[in-house]
Order: sequence, then C-alpha cells, then structure tokens
Amino acid sequence: MSENYDSQAYWRATLSLLTKVLIIWALVSYGAGILFADSLNGIMLAGYPLGFWFAQNGAIYVFIILIFWYGKKMNEIDRKFGVEEE
Amino acid sequence: MELQTTIYIVVGLTFALYIGIAIWARAGSTSEFYVAGSGVNPVVNGMATAADWMSAASFISMAGLIAYMGYGGSLFLMGWTGGYVLLACLLAPYLRKFGKFTVPQFIGDRYYSKAASTIAVVCLLVASITYIIGQMTGVGIAFSRFLGVTNDTGIYIGMAIVFSYAVFGGMKGITYTQVAQYIVLIMAYIIPAIFISLSLTGNPLPQLGLGSNMTESGKPLLVTLNEVIQELGFNEYTTQLPGSKLNMFVYTLSLMIGTAGLPHVIIRFFTVKTVADARSSAGWSLVFIALLYTTAPAVAAMARMNLHTTINPTIVSEPAKVFTADGSILNSERPDWMKRWEVTGLLKWQDKNGDGRIQYYNDASKNEAFNKKAKDAGWKGNELSVNRDIIVMANPEIAMLPNWVIALVAAGGLAAALSTAAGLLMAISSAVSHDLVKNVFKPDISEKGELMTGKIAMGASVVLAGYLGLNPPGFAAGTVALAFGIAASTLFPAIMMGIFSKKMNSAGAMAGMVSGLAVTLFYVFAHKGIFFIKGTGYLELIGGANSFFGITPEAFGAIGAGVNFIVAFAVDKVTKEPPAYIQQMVENVRIPRGSKAVTGDHYH
Repeated sequence: MSENYDSQAYWRATLSLLTKVLIIWALVSYGAGILFADSLNGIMLAGYPLGFWFAQNGAIYVFIILIFWYGKKMNEIDRKFGVEEE
Repeated sequence: MELQTTIYIVVGLTFALYIGIAIWARAGSTSEFYVAGSGVNPVVNGMATAADWMSAASFISMAGLIAYMGYGGSLFLMGWTGGYVLLACLLAPYLRKFGKFTVPQFIGDRYYSKAASTIAVVCLLVASITYIIGQMTGVGIAFSRFLGVTNDTGIYIGMAIVFSYAVFGGMKGITYTQVAQYIVLIMAYIIPAIFISLSLTGNPLPQLGLGSNMTESGKPLLVTLNEVIQELGFNEYTTQLPGSKLNMFVYTLSLMIGTAGLPHVIIRFFTVKTVADARSSAGWSLVFIALLYTTAPAVAAMARMNLHTTINPTIVSEPAKVFTADGSILNSERPDWMKRWEVTGLLKWQDKNGDGRIQYYNDASKNEAFNKKAKDAGWKGNELSVNRDIIVMANPEIAMLPNWVIALVAAGGLAAALSTAAGLLMAISSAVSHDLVKNVFKPDISEKGELMTGKIAMGASVVLAGYLGLNPPGFAAGTVALAFGIAASTLFPAIMMGIFSKKMNSAGAMAGMVSGLAVTLFYVFAHKGIFFIKGTGYLELIGGANSFFGITPEAFGAIGAGVNFIVAFAVDKVTKEPPAYIQQMVENVRIPRGSKAVTGDHYH
C-alpha cells in the first residue's frame, strides 16, 4: 500500500467524526429517551409525550440519519487524505 | 374462502418462492458459499441484513412485550437499533477492509494466535446456538397454530426448507431468500397495522396514528390508553419502568453492544464490494429494520387498547361503568378469536367470582382506591391470562381484519424465524468449517474440500438446530439474553480493540474475552442456575437477586464488556507489545484504499 498519506492526521479526523456521532447517538437514546425522558414528557409533540416519543420512535430516526451522515463524512475524509478506494 | 385454505395458499406460495430462489442461487465456490462472492449491492444487503436480524422475537414477541411494558419496552426498540450505529462506525467497514470470511479469523489474525481465534469460535458457537433454539421453537409454534400440524411436524418442515437453500446456496442462497423473506415479513407487519391505525384514529400511518386523537374519545390515543389502563389498576403506559432507570440504561446499552457483536450480523457486511458500501449498507439495514421497529410501538399500544375495549366495551366512553354489573362482557359472548387462541393454551379464562363475565385487570395493584373499587364490585382476582406472544399473531383477528391478512401474518412470522435461523446457521457452519477444520485441523484442505466441509457443517447445523427445537432444553426462554450477553462481553470488545488500539496484544485480548465471559456467566448462572440447571443458582452468594445495583441478569452484558476492556488494557500494559507487522496491519485496516475481494487466506 502507499505510505504517502498522513496516517496520524487521518486517524485524528476519523476519531473526531466518531466522537461527534457517538455523542449524538448517546444524547438521543440515553439522554432524551431515558435520563431526561420524565422532564421531556411535559412537552407534547403531535400527541406524543416527547420523552416517550424519543424512546419509541425519535431515537431510531436519528440513528438512521447519523449512519448516512457518518458514511458521507467518512468518504470526504478518505478523499481528502487520498485513501479512498480506487 | 375458508381461513385455513387461505393460510395454506399464502404460506405455500412463499415457500415455493424461497425454494425457487434456492435453485437459482447455488454456490459454486467458497467465496460464494461464505460471502456470496462479495458482490452484493449495499441496498440489497441492507434488506437481507434486516431479515437476518429481525427474528421471531422481533416479529412475534416484541410488540407484545411493549404492550405490557409500555415505556419500559423502549429498551428493546432503542437497544436493537442503536447497535447499528456502533456497527456502522466502529466495526463493519474495518472488518470489510480486513477482507476475510469469518469473525474468528479476524480475531485470530489480529491477535496472531490460534488460541485467540479458538476462544472466539467457542463464544460464537455458544451465542449462535443458544440464539437458534429460540428460532426453531418459534417456527414450531407458528406452524402448529397456523397450519394445524403438530409442533414437531412444523419443525421438520422448517428444517427441510432451510436445508434446501442454506446447504446448497450458502451465503448466496441465504442472502437472496432473505430479501424475499424481508418483503413478506414487512408486508405482514405493516398491513394489519395500517388497518388498525385507520380504524382507531383515522390516520393510516401507524407512526403518526399513535400520536393522533382516538376517534372514540377525541383525545390523543396515548392519553386515552393511559386513562384506560389506570382505570383497571395498571401502571401508566407512557412512564412505567422495568425495575429502575439505571437498569433500563444498562439493559439498553447491553442490547446495543450485543447487537453490534453478534457474528451472524457482522458477516453480512463481508458480502458487499467495498468499504464505502459497508458503511452505507449499515444505514440501509437500519432503514429496513426501522420500518418494523417504528411500527411496533403503534401495534403494541393499539393492540392493548383493542384488547381492553373488547373485554370492557364501555371503558373509553364511560370508564366508571366498568365497575357495574354489566361492565365487562359475558364469557359466553366472547369473540371467536378468543376461542381459537384458548385451544393453544396461550389465552385462559377462569371465572373466579362465578358471575360468568370476564374481569381483566391488575389484581396486584398498589393503588388502594382502585383495590377498594374492585373489591366493592365483587371482583375476586384477574380472570384472563394473555400470553404476550398473542399480541402480534392475533392482532388482525382482534381487529376483525379479512382472512388474507391473517394468512399473511402467518407467512410473515415464518419468514422472520426462517431467515434468522439461516443467518445463524451460516455463522455456525463457517466458524466450524473455516476456523476449526481449515485453520486448526487441516490447513492444506483444497478449495473444493473446504466447500464440501462447509456444506456438511451446514447440514449438521440444521440437524442440530432441529434437534434442539424438537427437544428444547428447559432454559430456552433465557437463552437469547445469554447470546446478547456473550456477544457484548466477548466479541464486541475484542474486535473493537483490535481496530482502535494498535498496541493491544494477544495476551490482553484473550484475558479480556475470558474474564468478560466469566463475569457475565457468573452473574447469569447465579440467577438462572449453573448452565441453566434448575436449583443450582447461587443467589445467596452474590447477596440476592439483581444485587449488582439492581441490574437484572439480562442486562448484564454491558458490565461484562466493561470488565473485558479493563482487564484487557491492564494485562496489555504488563505484557509485550504486538509485533511490528501486526501494528502495520492495523494501520492498513483503518483505511479503505487497497480493499480487495474477501478471501479465506490465513496470514500464518
């Protein structure tokens, strides 16, 4: 394989993206869906108590967006460092 | 047309479809057998992964669990989907880049040790075999209820179907049948949900219907449901908890980590062409899974509502009338679906107060005011026991939907169980033929010989799964939780550290896997008995049930994973760092460039 890319910078960029993804992942499920669910339940969103909605529907929608966003960003990082698939 | 005839026709057509695909997709090489030739489109793979993942538990049991656990049931919804985020960004792309047939092979190569790979094979086999028992019993139940054959005959038919495409088609046959099975199961799940959502709320989309106003009460459905079940002494639907918040938190985490670590899910990502495809395929998997998982909460709440309004027809319009003499229906006037399910024993009525009517309420309520009302009404205890698995299977009957919808649900339940069983069989047989026979016992085996070994291992696995389905060990119910616990506490940490820590060495990884497994088994066995043998539990030794901060044994996988990480890093610190070529290999796995077709070659 080619050695002419900055492997440390590449890995830093990857980990920084990963950190963002995992923070959002934890916020919507463990945060909004569990820890803060009781206080969010005071707010009604289209007939749903908000905390309950996050736990049963909302978190799943965010997970999907997260994975596609992660895939798109990773492809950009790969190209930036010239390590994408030929 | 008769219901039974319709069911035979619909189920027969789906089976003909699966066998047709099996004939078309035979495997001619080990690459086709293990990873479907690594040329599967990411969207198609996503669909196959969704069918692989959504088992009899997701299709038949989950909505029923949520119906009775209410908000607490969210732990299944978040736990079994959130794992895909971990899979997509921590494991799948890197394992695809690594480019080998099996999970134990990654662990063996990365930790330059046959012992490490053998530990991984053992963990994989225990997790997958315990998981498959539940699938086979699910197949038996679905067949016996819907086709009117005995449980045993049902399992034999199921074995024959899976055998026909798994043995000859390997991963290639399994992948394309799973796509067909996904389409069958998702239609079977969503169509009744649309009908029910329409009739209760006027909104055809179940995801929105659950938030809509209920036609009968003019108030949001969830608000009405809360009122209805509290009137009957149950806890409020939208807030009730499984134990403590901490337990729910840890349980959800265990399911997420376990999902990401289950080998039969991971190997699905070896079938796509590129690393970028592996990333997007994980997203597509979750899209297809979410179609069912975001419908399930609506199915759960609406089925619960329908069940209560069937027993107490006036509970929504005049709640207080429930406590009067004619508040609940006469048993002699109960609907036909109740009679049909009574035959299976999953629904039971016992007239405790001898009034000929069905009282269905929470007789263990802690609400004194409610208990007094129940006592004054002459109720002598709850009279109806409803097995939770009925909720999905009987849902179309409860809502009085046409026969073809009921037949479709039967076909969907079978598709869910068969597709997951096939995926598990694939993980088991590739671990046996590739990681044990080829790697350990007979490294010089030819490609043709290995393909034959793979097919024999697959055939043997089908027979073993069938045997376990016919003679389910007494512990069958607890085993799926164990599979998640093992995947979470052994495989997930080992793979993750293999990618994210260049310096993790073989001693650290092995010590981590063994201690993660030991701690998890120790806690589970304390509650459920040593190897699930009744009476051998040792709760007094650990200070009573759920003694570790109130965490239930099902939720313990995340704790096991934590132990794995800590032990691995501690041992790693005091032992020699991995050789330079391994560190270079990790460096190489981290970037997509240079990804190749998946092969079975070993480094040593």
